[in-house]
Amino acid sequence: MLHHLLRQAALPVATDSTPTGVTGALRELAPSRRNFLKTAAATGALVVGARLPSPALAAGGAPAGIVGPADPRPHLFVIIAPDNTVTVLAKHLDKGQGIVTGLATIVAEELDADWAQMRGAFAPADSKLYGNHFFGIQGTGGSTAIANSWDELRMAGAAARAMLVATAAARWNVPVGEVTVAKGVVSHAASKRSVAFGELAQDAAKLPIPQNVALKAAKDYTLIGKPGLHRLDHISKTDGSAVFAMDIRRPGQVTAVLARSPRFGGTVKSVDDKAARAVSGVIDVLTLPVGVAVIAKNTWTAIKGREALKITWDDSKAETRGTDQMLADYRKLADQPGAVAANSGDVAKAFASAAKVVESEFVFPYLAHAPMEPLNATVALNADGGCTIWAGSQFQGVEQMVVAHVLGCKPEQVKIETQWAGGSFGRRATTNADYIAEAAIIAKAYGKAPVHLVWTREDDIQGGRYRPLFLHRIKAAVDANGAISAWQQRIVGQSFMAGTPFEKMMIKNGVDATSVEGASDMAYPVSNLAVDLHSPPSPVTTLWWRSVGHTHTAYAKEVMIDQLAKAAGKDPVAFRLALLKDHPRLANVLKLAADKAGWGQPLPKGKARGVAVHESFNTYVAHVAEVTVNDKGHVTVDRVVVAVDCGQVVNPDVVTAQMEGATGWGIGHALRGEITLTDGVVDQTNFDGFLPLRMSDMPKVEVHLVDSHERPTGAGEPGVPTSAPAVANAVFALTGKPVQTLPFSRGGMV
Amino acid sequence: MIRITVNGQERQVDVPEDMPLLWVLRDELNMTGTKFGCGIAQCGACTVHVDGAPTRACQTPVGSLAAGAKVTTIEGASGKVAEAVRAAWQKLDVVQCGYCQSGQIMSAIALVSSNTNPTDADIDAAMDGNVCRCATYVRIRAAIKDAAQSVRA
Repeated sequence: MLHHLLRQAALPVATDSTPTGVTGALRELAPSRRNFLKTAAATGALVVGARLPSPALAAGGAPAGIVGPADPRPHLFVIIAPDNTVTVLAKHLDKGQGIVTGLATIVAEELDADWAQMRGAFAPADSKLYGNHFFGIQGTGGSTAIANSWDELRMAGAAARAMLVATAAARWNVPVGEVTVAKGVVSHAASKRSVAFGELAQDAAKLPIPQNVALKAAKDYTLIGKPGLHRLDHISKTDGSAVFAMDIRRPGQVTAVLARSPRFGGTVKSVDDKAARAVSGVIDVLTLPVGVAVIAKNTWTAIKGREALKITWDDSKAETRGTDQMLADYRKLADQPGAVAANSGDVAKAFASAAKVVESEFVFPYLAHAPMEPLNATVALNADGGCTIWAGSQFQGVEQMVVAHVLGCKPEQVKIETQWAGGSFGRRATTNADYIAEAAIIAKAYGKAPVHLVWTREDDIQGGRYRPLFLHRIKAAVDANGAISAWQQRIVGQSFMAGTPFEKMMIKNGVDATSVEGASDMAYPVSNLAVDLHSPPSPVTTLWWRSVGHTHTAYAKEVMIDQLAKAAGKDPVAFRLALLKDHPRLANVLKLAADKAGWGQPLPKGKARGVAVHESFNTYVAHVAEVTVNDKGHVTVDRVVVAVDCGQVVNPDVVTAQMEGATGWGIGHALRGEITLTDGVVDQTNFDGFLPLRMSDMPKVEVHLVDSHERPTGAGEPGVPTSAPAVANAVFALTGKPVQTLPFSRGGMV
Repeated sequence: MIRITVNGQERQVDVPEDMPLLWVLRDELNMTGTKFGCGIAQCGACTVHVDGAPTRACQTPVGSLAAGAKVTTIEGASGKVAEAVRAAWQKLDVVQCGYCQSGQIMSAIALVSSNTNPTDADIDAAMDGNVCRCATYVRIRAAIKDAAQSVRA
């Protein structure tokens, strides 16, 4: 998705005339800023920001089109306090991917801080100050966070360092050039003097922020790319003290649960709430456009109250088909040409003279994100007509706009206190603010106290915004030399961009870029390529899901490639390497994974290896999976080797963890994950039906990072696309049957 | 009024007997380290110890606790094994989103308390009820082995 967004001309352009370079100072803070910033001011902290001039980005080799947010205020990122802590303000949500640690590492490197003094905090919601340079609003997604913050945080760290150095030099009356900084200590060797950051902060804060600062060369890094830095949340998440949105307890707050239509697109026809109101502890029942809200003094009571509601639903506009019927409808659609996503050469002619032709139909089910922390948000109405929201907020910019519309206030009157999020996988980033809008609607209707809206797990599993159901039909031809002479691919699946504010940006000529990414732009050279798309609408709500379109396109492509390799009589790795000679970074991760996995070395009977390689979010990943198929046909994934090239690695252990987790994510859903509907109603209700990956399913995972000083790209999503097809290709090697319908459990393989 | 003992302290709560222990801890006692994940004992995020045994608080009506039963939550987990497990979790940077980890740690403490040399199969058996959507399982397994080794040493 990222590169599609980058191509758009609609990105905001910097219009203010403030000097480019690093700027900003605490004294310029508007009085409305968040409390800890005020506290920082009161205690004499040094607060440093950075503004990104687009020329600097261009010089740094950033993709064209990225510009700094258009706002003259300082963009504050670093707070150095008298207590010697250094706090980095994270404008991105940390939902487990470790971004707070990553952002702090970037600052600490340029600042020459000691890792032990680093802290993280979530920045206030303010798209003008903390917008994602790729989106134009504040938000986290598309594995963009490190790439987005790389320049501005290095600049902020370097500026803060320069101010500390200047302060120490003045205090000691020595030349600036003789002052050094290491591990949070500023020193002058000749006079054997040294001072900690915290002791300089108050004086340093009085200096102007330097406009031009030199950044370190990669060879001088002492923290970036180095092992041994613990995550900043590694203690608070092991003693129960980390606060998630679910743990917010505001004075007087009440808990709400919402009864929503069991069918997508259904609305409330009538409500009998007598029994619900009779439940002791239920405070109110509100019938609203989004459903029926039960407000109670605690969560358990609210859930019991909701169970007592008697609601008649109007299903006249609802989806009433089951997924079997939907799939049958998709197959009919697939008989007809769709909107053209790629068209080069002459596919028909190429097939007519093809040596070997392979055809496959792939089916990908609806999938829920099911983050461990069920969706929830607390909304308190403020006296100025705005509100404060406590949530694991991922698209602050969208949420501010939508909630402002709900409350009839300005977006800047919607304050968001972003919390650690218990997973997301895409679910918390929605184009209509979704559950946060629900919470605001309920808080407004109730009006008496802060409202904590809680989704139960059943609400989550049955609540939609799924990875869409997709059908792929692929026909491809290969010659005896291993060249792919023709590739025709028809994709059918819902667009989750249609009807959203992102539609114009993401849908061109009837093609939703997120439905075809990884297919229409595949790296393998195909002289005659045709990819087209049907996007049938349905009231079933859908959404991006960790790695977005690549979740299905990479699987279809990579399983197809193994079939073509077999048809050409080639080894799967050798076949790919021959095709990827113009894609050195893909070829490199493929070779690395194959070498580390012992590709080609014999395995015991019943075991085989499978491989897959793919680029997504500007990151290159290859997986080799070692798989057992027993005599009952059941699949076990024994060992997985991953190679990743995400440019300059900031935190090797965090990237490794993301690859481990993404591997489990991809494989777990491929094995058993599916959401199905019968007569429009979701069949699964909880983790007893939507079956998650568990400890005993998890293979051994070995991760190998490519040593690179290219600009850093993302790591949260790119480990997903190749994990499942590597397993499928190992099964193919053992059984001769490509796994074309997911999940594997459908074929009795689990 | 119902009396329960949590982390060594006797507490009184004015709730119905069928209210699950999970909600008593979270909403009545404001002890939010124990997490709500599924409500049907399928994910283990709410795992606490009742008299040392790992127990899903979401399926434990507070009225069903035996008189004098000792409830231990993540906030109160202490002792040699608990310290070893926490230290291993921190040493290996197990956590990602962290939401399931209270439950994972409570299950792991119970495992290592009864088995100081768990095999992979023992770990599978003891931990399969604790879901981690971030799939930190590789590190959880390694951390359990690391903690068990420190307890043995």
